[in-house]
This record gives sequence, C-alpha cells and structure tokens, in this order.
Amino acid sequence: MSATVQKAAMRDAFGTTLLDLAPRLPELVVLDCDVASSCKTAAFGKAYPDRFFNCGVAEANMVDIAAGMATCGLRPVVSTFALFLTLKGTDQIRNTVCYNRLPVVFAGGYAGLSDSYDGASHQAITDLAVMRAMPHMTVVVPGDAIELRQAIEAALHRPDPTYVRICRNPTPVLFEDQPPLEIGRIRKLRDGADLTIGVCGVPTAMAIEASESLARDGIEVDLLEISTLKPLDVETLVASVSKTGLMLTVEEHNRYGGLTEAVAGALSCEKPTKMDYVAIEDTFAESGPYEELLAKYGLSPRRIVEKAKALLGG
Amino acid sequence: MTLDASAIVVEPDRSRKAARMQYLAQQFRVEVLDILHEKGTGHWGGAASAAELLASLYFDILRIRPDQPDWPDRDRLVVSKGHASCMLYTMLAHRGFFPVEELSTFRDLDSRLQGHPCMNKTPGVEMSTGALGHGMSVTLGMALAARLQGRDYWSYVLVGDGDLNEGQTWEGIMAAAKFKPERLVVLVDYNKVQLDGPSDEIMPMDPLADKFRAFNWNVAPRSYDGHSVADILESFDWVRGQDEWPVVVIYRTHKGRGVSFMEDNHLWHGAPIDDDTHAKARTELLSTLRELEKAL
Repeated sequence: MSATVQKAAMRDAFGTTLLDLAPRLPELVVLDCDVASSCKTAAFGKAYPDRFFNCGVAEANMVDIAAGMATCGLRPVVSTFALFLTLKGTDQIRNTVCYNRLPVVFAGGYAGLSDSYDGASHQAITDLAVMRAMPHMTVVVPGDAIELRQAIEAALHRPDPTYVRICRNPTPVLFEDQPPLEIGRIRKLRDGADLTIGVCGVPTAMAIEASESLARDGIEVDLLEISTLKPLDVETLVASVSKTGLMLTVEEHNRYGGLTEAVAGALSCEKPTKMDYVAIEDTFAESGPYEELLAKYGLSPRRIVEKAKALLGG
Repeated sequence: MTLDASAIVVEPDRSRKAARMQYLAQQFRVEVLDILHEKGTGHWGGAASAAELLASLYFDILRIRPDQPDWPDRDRLVVSKGHASCMLYTMLAHRGFFPVEELSTFRDLDSRLQGHPCMNKTPGVEMSTGALGHGMSVTLGMALAARLQGRDYWSYVLVGDGDLNEGQTWEGIMAAAKFKPERLVVLVDYNKVQLDGPSDEIMPMDPLADKFRAFNWNVAPRSYDGHSVADILESFDWVRGQDEWPVVVIYRTHKGRGVSFMEDNHLWHGAPIDDDTHAKARTELLSTLRELEKAL
C-alpha cells in the first residue's frame, strides 16, 4: 500500500464504539480479562465503572458471567485476546451462550497474527474454526476500522451470539463513506469475469492491491469481501463463481476451519468450483513485525497474484 | 397419601409446613425412582441428595410465579449439578410450571425434559446445566445484573462436589468476592461422593468452609443437615440476616439418600435401576414416607 493511505486500528475503533454506544444502549455492559488497556475497553470502564467488569485473567468465568447477565436483559460485550477467548472460554461459549442462544457479543482482539511480536503463543489462527463450529454463532471478520464499528453496533442489536474479530494494529481504512457492513452479506469490491477472489479481514487491502495488479496484466477479478463467514452469503458467492468458474480465498487464519473451508463447503454443495487459497499453512508463526510476518507466512499481495495466476493457468 | 403441593406453598404454620415439605421431598424421591427405573436412564444419586434442598427452595424460599416463568423480579436458582435434572423437573411440575404427567417423558425424543436441564425447553429452568462448573459464574452474572438494574431478587446456585472440582467454579468464587453482589448465595450439596468414588479419594475438597473463608466469602457459621427441612429453613433464617456478600451455606447430604444400599455409594451415581433394585428401593422409600406421614 502507498505511504499516503490512511490507517486506523480496529481496536481503537472498538474502544470508541463502545463509548459512543453506551448512552444510547443502557443495557450495554463490557467484560474484560485484564487486557482492558490493550483491547481498548479501559475508556469505557473509566466512563461507566458500574457497567464494566474486569474479571481478571479468567476467560471461562468471564464468558459465563456475561451469559448470566444476558439472561437478565443486559447486552454484554466480552473482550480479550481472540486466542484466549475462543479456547479458554470454549465450553462456556458452547454450553452456556450458544446452547441457550444468548445475545453475547464476543470481541476477539489481537486476532490473526496481529499480536505479532508476542509470538505464536498469542496469535489467533484457530479462532474462526472454533467459532464457526458453534451452533447459533454468527462469525464476522471486519475488513477495517470502519467495518469494525459497524459490526459491533449491528451485533449488539442481534438476538443471538456474535463473534467479531479485531486486529491489533493500524490497517488501511477502506470503507469510509461506503454503505455500511451488513452482517450476512458479501460486499462486492470489484467486478470481473476471470476469477473470484473472496477475502476477509486485514488481507482485504492486500486483495484489492493484488486485483489492481492482476488488472494491469489483463486479468479481471470479481473481488468479494466476505466479512460474514457464518452465515455465508451463498447466493452472492454462487453468482460470482457461476460467472468466473474459479475461486481463490484469502484469509489470515489457518487453512483449516476458516474462510477457505466455509467457501469450499458451500460451493461443493451448491456450485462445485475449482479453488485455491491463501492462508496460513497449518503451522504456528513466530515473533516479528506484523507485515513482514504476514508475508513470511504466505499473506501478501504478491502471493495472492501468484496463486491467482496459477489458478488461471491450471 | 398424596399432598396438595400448591397448598404447601401458602401454609402459614412453619413447623407444619416443614413437615409437609419433608414428606413432599420423600414423595418426589419415589416419583424420581419410578421414572429412572421406567426409563432405564438418568441419575439417582445426585437427585436423591438434593430432594429436601430443592423442595425447601421451590415450596418456601423462592419468590417465583409458575404462571410467569420469565417474571423479571423472580428469584433465580441455578442447579449447577445438572445431573439432578429429574428431581428438578419433579419440583417444577408439582410447583405448577408444567403438567405433572409430562414427567413421564423424561429423556424421551421430542420431550421438553432433556437429560440435563435446558432453559429454552423447560419452563422454570433458569440455566442449562450438565457440563459442570458453569453455575457459579452464571449466577454471579445474574446477581450483578440485579444490582445494575436495581432489582431485589435473590440469586442462588446449587453446586455439588463435581462442580467444586472444576477450576471455573473457583474463578467464579474469586470474582464474586471481588464484586460482592447483594443476595448472591451458594448452596453446597456436600454429599462427598462423586461419579468414580468418594470425594476424599477422587478430589478431596475439605476443608471446604475454610477454602471459602480464604476466598473472602461470608460462610455460614455451621454446616446444616441437607436432609432436614427444618434445618434448611434455619439456614435461610441465617442467610436472610446477612449483609456481607457473597454468602455460602454448606449442607451435609448423602448421595442416593433414602435407599440404604444406594446411600453414599458412587455406583448409583447414574447406573440404570433394574426391576429388582427398583422394588427393594421403593419399599424402603415408602416405609420412610409412611413414617413421615405420621408427622403431618
């Protein structure tokens, strides 16, 4: 991306969104696991101490406290690192929140490789697989800080549980002055007939850049931002691959259980389509600067271009 | 004889009411034993252990409206030891949440009475339980909601030995001592027997009261007899006089209570009850029931 691109961090947008919604949504409560300063819920806690619950480093307990509150009409947002939320709170997410269809919003911070320097112990590359597997769970992966704000607000008005994935670091602002994110709807970013690229989250900017690069080589991409992994907008997806006949998915997640398998699962039933993917290759990453780390583990505009061309060539 | 359960709720005389609830708890044991025998599935040990506690709660302690299960100001009771489901359902049915005849559908396909409690299927069930360790945290959330919303309902959670094994329970106990929500009460059905054997062999929890004290809880000054309704009512006299939260009461109970060869025997945690066992157990339960009838 060029140096002039405006950037914003989803976690900052998350913090200000909670603050902005609080007066309008008196049922909103926020729970955190001793990462309020990191995940940016601290300002809400300072402004609304009665509605903020720092549960210490105990994710399972936090999720179930939120569930209990939700049965009483409150609208809890639980916030911590995506890795710990989805793995240390898994039984609670499944047996208490999802089984009972409680309207809890799960804000998974520092997701993907965005906690880059902390290393593999803190990087979330399995969260989408876990959350997609939960009955009644909606899974949203915003593409920028603007969409993050819209996703949180929309999630807080849904009757069921919602997982919203949040990147730690500043990323390009893509959707200012655009129609808002709609949960369950694919956003078409580019029209093309040669192949479909489906992307979610931070790599959306990479996919835009790759599509521009491919266009210069005469390859027209039908570019879909698939911000809701579940439920998947199958209709838009099928319409796209019916035109292109080829599908490339791009995600900041292990190749198993995330966007790639969501798309493959849907298309194999509805419209079998030759596919490939850009994702983390079933491995753990390491410490390092975010963009370099993404590139090393397979996520870069160049990689998307290579995979797209290989798919077209094959 | 069969008591009119709804009349017990409004009985004004305390000792008369206690005797009737004592009888009712035993009558429910018979009903649960019959259901578990007929179905060939379900958990006897933990259900029998909680009979008097649940009867006292549903027929005296809890402020509830069976015809309005979602009344916002109702007291909350989370039965965290969800394997006591059949006893819980028997209480709810006789308290008027759903027809008593429905109890015979326990664990059947399409039944509202799931193997373990499911809040979205069974009227009166406050929280789906079964996976152990959830109740403490969930009930803490309910108590915090009461504080935030300015409601004065009580939030009770009934936990068993297995619950206390779970790390999450202790996360909840820590957090409750931090937030100190008013009217949060933990009731321990302390029968000291788990699925695999005596708790002292599987996972010793003693000194349990000291553990709660060390976690800054307001612990009842003595343990109570969880099979004596009169003693259970005394424990609630104490609970209602407290203003330091959260509160915990430990009830000494016996798993499989009421059947001599099942009491304190982990083998009857969830084993199917065959015809011969059913006949012997039923005879014992009815014998006690007749004794209790004399006190009515």
